[in-house]
Amino acid sequence: MEKVKVEICCGTACYLLGAANMMDLEDQLPAEWRGRVEVEARTCLELCEKENLGGAPYVRINDTEIMAQATPEKLTARIGELLTEAE
Amino acid sequence: MLNGSTFIRRELMIRIVRAFDDGTLEKELDQIPIKLRPKNSVASGCCVYHDRAIFKYRLMALLGVSVEDETDEAKSLAAYFAEKAWGGGANDTRPKTPLSVCGPACSGCPDAKVVSTPNCRGCIARPCVYNCPKKAISIVGGQSVIDQSLCIKCGKCITACPYHAIVKTSVPCEDACPVGAIRKNDQGVAEIDFEKCIFCGKCFAVCPFAAVMERSQLVDVLAAMKRGEKLVAMIAPAAEKQFPGKIEQLLSACAKAGFADVMEVALGAEKTTEHETAEFIERMEKDQKTFMTTSCCPAWVNLVGKHMPDLVNHVSLTPSPMVYAHEIAKKKDPSAKTVFIGPCVAKRSEARRKDVDYVLSFEELGAILAGRKIDVIACEPWPVERPANPTARNYARSCGVTDAVLAEATAKIPGFKLDAKQINGIDRKTCAMVKLYAAGKLPVNFLEVMACPGGCQNGPCSLT
Repeated sequence: MEKVKVEICCGTACYLLGAANMMDLEDQLPAEWRGRVEVEARTCLELCEKENLGGAPYVRINDTEIMAQATPEKLTARIGELLTEAE
Repeated sequence: MLNGSTFIRRELMIRIVRAFDDGTLEKELDQIPIKLRPKNSVASGCCVYHDRAIFKYRLMALLGVSVEDETDEAKSLAAYFAEKAWGGGANDTRPKTPLSVCGPACSGCPDAKVVSTPNCRGCIARPCVYNCPKKAISIVGGQSVIDQSLCIKCGKCITACPYHAIVKTSVPCEDACPVGAIRKNDQGVAEIDFEKCIFCGKCFAVCPFAAVMERSQLVDVLAAMKRGEKLVAMIAPAAEKQFPGKIEQLLSACAKAGFADVMEVALGAEKTTEHETAEFIERMEKDQKTFMTTSCCPAWVNLVGKHMPDLVNHVSLTPSPMVYAHEIAKKKDPSAKTVFIGPCVAKRSEARRKDVDYVLSFEELGAILAGRKIDVIACEPWPVERPANPTARNYARSCGVTDAVLAEATAKIPGFKLDAKQINGIDRKTCAMVKLYAAGKLPVNFLEVMACPGGCQNGPCSLT
């Protein structure tokens, strides 16, 4: 089965604007998802330029999808959707 | 801690740094409120125009200008900035009063009272009525009603009600202030009495409308860097776990951001430990029955100075880690200017007293790093001559100073005994306790006081 890849931007801007709350995302996910989700902390993904700063913290899912103003709750819900789709 | 109000403050800070570096800040400043709240966007308050007015005051505070000192409402942010940035650093930029209240942001919270809510079931046991010592509660139409002219807000009815139907409303800033320095004025807007204020920053940390603001030196530091001043970043021990990565990596990040030199304040804490221990031993030799209290928490020193004259002689005369760190930096390079970087509001008042040139919060440092695209985890560790002593790095935790002094004293005098007590967070209750100590009721000889519960690591400007 394919894994869901989650890249959390840990550039200082995203870190200050909320990514700090997602550092332990892996531990917050339901136990049955273990092994199916790959969480990585990334240095600045360069998504917070200019007027997009208010969208921080940014998370990239499966290389293409960008989530703005990410929170552990929003992320968990989206990962759940992707896992269900994959089944 | 991140919430809606810290988010907006941090966003504004990062915008300031980016625009400053682009050389467009003067032009952009007055546009930021409009860019953040264009017409038809969702407002945080009553409307976008009110939000914009508040943003202007937030930006003023970030420029270091106090709302209380505003004389011309029409003066633009660009004009305030021009005074700062092009003043050549001739003026003393350290704020006399590090806090400022943004009147338009203050919600004028209703006075604290105990009220009954619709959760009341109108039960027949009526524990609220029976427990009220002032007979202030009656049942009207099957609902408890509290007569406010009789209520003394003791809260007995709150605990007695099994339905949680009775609540106490609060004014968060007034509740948090340990010395009664913040009160609503006759217009119903919070006002700080700076004669009483100890700058502990508790009102700043709790206000849900972020109406209490810090007067920042952020732009002063940016301008000083641009002028080519040699700035030394002095990182407080509380920095541990503030940013991802190690302290040494944070030091590298600061160097990359434009500080000429970087150091840990913990190196100053080592000196504080050494001198404070010697001072303690000397005091005990003179008088075994007396006690000494710590001097590294500036809010505590302010509290004693302004409210507890009986305790003044008990406060250690040893300088704080920040002051020693400043001395070390100045010795290394007398032309350098020092920047203390920590989680503390009150340090801004100490810096002014002790000639430290600038103070930044971890948030402000974070904004500089974010603005300049520096990720702490991507930085190589800074080649420190030697890491600071673990007991010195531990100063930011409650009991940390006690442990350091005890370790130092035991090393000098084997079997040395320290009867220590810690005040872990200043609030009204601990203030009352300390007043008893001042009256001679302290059963110990060493009193460590930290204004923030858990120590500096939980300071009002802490990131996490």
